[in-house]
Amino acid sequence: MVNLVINSKHISVEEGSTILEAANANGIHIPTLCYLKDINEIGACRICVVEVKGVDRLTAACNTPVEEGMIVYTHSPKVMMARKVTLEIILSEHNYTCPTCTRSGNCELQSLSEEFGLTAETYKKRMVKMEWDQNFPLIRDNEKCIKCMRCIQVCDKVQSLSVWDIAGTGTWTTINVNNGLDIKDANCAICGQCITNCPVGALQARHDKESVYAALSDPDKVKVVQVAPAVRAAWGEQLGLQPEEATMQKMGEALRQVGFDYVFDTNFSADLTIMEEGSEFLQRLANKDQNKFPMFTSCCPGWVRFLKSQYPDMVPQLSTAKSPQQMFGAVTKSYFAEKIGRDPKDIVLVSIMPCVAKKMECTYETMKDEVRGQDVDFVLTTREFVKMVKAANINVLDLEDKPLDDPLCDGTGAAVIFGTTGGVMEAALRSAYFLATGKNPEPDAFKDVRYYHDGWNEATFDIEGTTVRCAVASGLGNARKLIQAIRAGEVEYDFVEVMACPGGCVGGGGQPIHIHHNQMYSVRAPRLYQLDSDNPIRFSHENKQVQQLYSEYLGEPLSEKAHHLLHTDHNGWKM
Amino acid sequence: MARQKIQSLSAVEETVDQIYRELGSRVNAAMTNACPIDVALGFVRLCQSQSCGKCTSCRSGLGQLATLIKRVLDGYGDMADIDLIERTAQSIYLSADCAIGYEAANMVRLCVKSFREDFESHINQGKCSYFFNRPVPCVSRCPANVDIPGYIALAAEGRHADAVRLIRKDNPFPTACALICEHPCENNCRRQMIDDSINIRGIKRYVCDKAGFVPAPACQPSTGKKIAIIGGGPSGLTCAYFLQLMGHQTTVFESKANLGGMLRYGIPNYRLPRERLQEDIDCILSTGVEVKLNTKIDSPEEIQKLKEEYDALYISIGAHKDKKVRLENEDADGVISAVDMLKAIGNDEYPDYTGKQVLVIGGGNVAMDCTRTAVRAGADKVSVVYRRRIADMTALQEEIFGAQAEGAEILELVAPTRIETDENGKLIGLWVKQQMISRYKKGRPAPADAGEDEYMIPCDILVVAIGQGIESEPFSEFGLPTKWDQIDADDYTYIKDQPGVFSGGDCATGPATVIRAIAAGKTAAANIDEYLGFNHEIESGVEVPPVTTYDRFHCGRVNLREREAVVRNKNFEPFEYGMTDKEALQEAKRCLRCDHFGFGCFRGGRNFKW
Repeated sequence: MVNLVINSKHISVEEGSTILEAANANGIHIPTLCYLKDINEIGACRICVVEVKGVDRLTAACNTPVEEGMIVYTHSPKVMMARKVTLEIILSEHNYTCPTCTRSGNCELQSLSEEFGLTAETYKKRMVKMEWDQNFPLIRDNEKCIKCMRCIQVCDKVQSLSVWDIAGTGTWTTINVNNGLDIKDANCAICGQCITNCPVGALQARHDKESVYAALSDPDKVKVVQVAPAVRAAWGEQLGLQPEEATMQKMGEALRQVGFDYVFDTNFSADLTIMEEGSEFLQRLANKDQNKFPMFTSCCPGWVRFLKSQYPDMVPQLSTAKSPQQMFGAVTKSYFAEKIGRDPKDIVLVSIMPCVAKKMECTYETMKDEVRGQDVDFVLTTREFVKMVKAANINVLDLEDKPLDDPLCDGTGAAVIFGTTGGVMEAALRSAYFLATGKNPEPDAFKDVRYYHDGWNEATFDIEGTTVRCAVASGLGNARKLIQAIRAGEVEYDFVEVMACPGGCVGGGGQPIHIHHNQMYSVRAPRLYQLDSDNPIRFSHENKQVQQLYSEYLGEPLSEKAHHLLHTDHNGWKM
Repeated sequence: MARQKIQSLSAVEETVDQIYRELGSRVNAAMTNACPIDVALGFVRLCQSQSCGKCTSCRSGLGQLATLIKRVLDGYGDMADIDLIERTAQSIYLSADCAIGYEAANMVRLCVKSFREDFESHINQGKCSYFFNRPVPCVSRCPANVDIPGYIALAAEGRHADAVRLIRKDNPFPTACALICEHPCENNCRRQMIDDSINIRGIKRYVCDKAGFVPAPACQPSTGKKIAIIGGGPSGLTCAYFLQLMGHQTTVFESKANLGGMLRYGIPNYRLPRERLQEDIDCILSTGVEVKLNTKIDSPEEIQKLKEEYDALYISIGAHKDKKVRLENEDADGVISAVDMLKAIGNDEYPDYTGKQVLVIGGGNVAMDCTRTAVRAGADKVSVVYRRRIADMTALQEEIFGAQAEGAEILELVAPTRIETDENGKLIGLWVKQQMISRYKKGRPAPADAGEDEYMIPCDILVVAIGQGIESEPFSEFGLPTKWDQIDADDYTYIKDQPGVFSGGDCATGPATVIRAIAAGKTAAANIDEYLGFNHEIESGVEVPPVTTYDRFHCGRVNLREREAVVRNKNFEPFEYGMTDKEALQEAKRCLRCDHFGFGCFRGGRNFKW
């Protein structure tokens, strides 16, 4: 242990701790801006500087280890002066358009400025404009970038894709796509982790709200919305709601008030995915010699993009099942259109997703056809949905808990956990067990694959004498480690689930952003498991509406019609 | 009223003077990977501040140039601006009244010419084509990328053996380099922005002197692969050391009676004592290297045989052939080559020049070695004959000063014309012509005939030290490509169309420094390992101490002290003293820890393994 004094408080911390960690552990607040624990501890912004007695110059608290006998002042006049000037300089290269900025309210720079009580601009603005393709789902605004380097570090260290890099030198240093590439050519998975870790609004998801409003105002259209599983664990956060107050039913009512005619649930197609993907897995397993293993899940578009760009030879190992979002689109614009007797092209389908990559996924060539048009027309992030609720001045707590709309609203407990890492695997195993044995397992029999950590989870299950070796990874850096181990022959699996974002969709790039809390997946995942255990039906194959869809329309899993609507060729589009 | 005043600097002038001095240090510390246009802008702005303001071209033209360049940097430039910059610079160059203007503009002309592509990249793509990728200046400048801040931090903590282990991760010759490395690592040391570069070699010497015997790390499990290494100098032995650590079996074929190459057969004992060199060699050999001494590989058949018997081949034969000065009577009795002189010493055969007058032709480090050796061999008088000025010599300054202090004289601007012999063909003197320094050729001031008559300098011994050649004939006969007499290997030590054959060190680059030869051996080891289908990693296992917080006040650099010249020039004992504990601690604490502060803590601060 190392003994030191911070602001006259005598404290003792573990050797190797930084001054910032020592302060945090003892309830002393040191402001930070570029700092991201374990990922970006590089003292770039100079906001966290502190005074060490006996040393003239200030020291960055975030990456300076404590020393025995050190006396630290976190808010001395010298520190306060330097921090304020630094903040003013940072502001001089930040184009603050707070009223129209998507990050107003959860911007770390805005919050710091308020904390420091800044009242005037000291320095002349010096911003450099850079061109950006405004149609790409990920948007970067150089005039807002404060060069904290977090995006570079997150993409390097967490996602292992290194999409971002330093560009230019000296005063001209900024961040841009690696190797000067155009973002669309940079093998970006569009996971959006750089967005949720950006302290300001320099990185954003493309805004599609206005297109949705335009569609909602068209009287000739049937307006349909689907809501992804992970959204329900997060949407209430920025509306000041407790998790149990932010019910799916209230969310449905809010969507109706915004103008949707039908509010459906992606949980429905999550269960449908299990029927297709689970059957496909059993089929591949039955023909083991004709198939390469492991089979990979295909519900996460960020992961699919990663595999296509990094390990193209392994793409045939992806399940051919479309993601739940896209299955939902295909069913809505066929089965449902027939049910209500409307031309599929009269239907506008909007998805509310915790994801940025979904905005890209719905535009792939393979996700549209002549008859139905584009299966999913628009994708809004959870954040965009929250903004629509705010704009409509909806008081959510006053809304009634009305059920969602038939016939695409039922979802089982197995479906709702699609929103967290391990959920797809667990749901698939629950039903695969049934499909193979004709009887249900204990619902929680496969919970060994739950929860995020560095590396991957693995579990081996016995389904009536057949051993199934499973692995679950989230975060693309972890996915890369897993794939490298598979390719090196160090590990062998039959079935592997990957989600691009750490923790899965609950930690998705489209989810609400909170200052100083980039690990919300750890708060949101338990909510989904709660919803699972609260649900009287916990097996996808018991979903009544899914059963109805098969009996009335598709026949059985992997039928020709199911193949046509619910499966895809991952090589049918280019990155 | 007084008529005159003694000129003195005002306080303001003194500060400005200080700015210029600090600017000079900063320029010394600069790494060449900044945006070239940004550097050009900085240059033009400085020139602008020097303009006296009288003439249009300089006063206002340089300002316009700066504005135009800044516009390109700001991303608002267009392609026409490049031509305008060029035309403006051309005009200022042609029309400015004095050098302040025309030399500034001339540099801008050169900039546009040499990096027009970067101007275009700024204009068309809105970005610079350069990246800041050398965060730790000393490590970047060290050809072997030794973890310098790491071992300096270890030195400060008194962990000498760990410091040696950390150095050996990249360089198995810590002791030899501690004594004789040319230390390019010190050239761009960021400490120069405060006062002076860190004495890196001195600190290395300190840890090597203090550490005592430090065993080599354990070798990785045997791979069963065999590699033949031709030449047991620094490059070959480095390659052998790392390949052994990776689990391969190496055999070194050395033509001479001892290992060490130029470290033994080029550098005299007073600079690198044999027993200190042997410390490094013993450690290298302890990893299991097989050695065949007195085994010269000098026929295509022998090379072919090695190629067949071994899985890979590394050629590191060095540059041990003397170069002739091509004067009449060069084969006269009394004329010897530097290579022969130092080779004899390498085999412990010291010459006796008692009562003789010795002349040395050359201006490099080898010439200085020969000079100082001749002094120690008891010569009455030793002089160096050099065509250019002392300032133009390629030898290290400390070597030149050392030679002078020990009693040798350097005759600058003297060009040899012919060698005079007596009737028995014995050397009696060297005819020379006085030169004057003149116009630049290939970027260097060149000598020209000063217009005086030829004269003779009498001498009994003439040492020709004008460079070394490479005995590459057997290898070119074998079919390896050569360039002049060098083996044509690339920066990866690969040889075109010769899979499994690698080459590096002096024989592939021409005579260069020890650390470059070591770096080539390290590169070859990595690429041979890769070629054999492995990916072994080399790491030190040493944890570098974290940074500590203290101010870096101005503090002078501790230089190594030398033995009194008139005492040391009588024998071949080491001429230099190491640092004291106190000196080493102060020097180590001067280090700015660029591995952590600055870009280092973000990227490129430390390579834990390679």
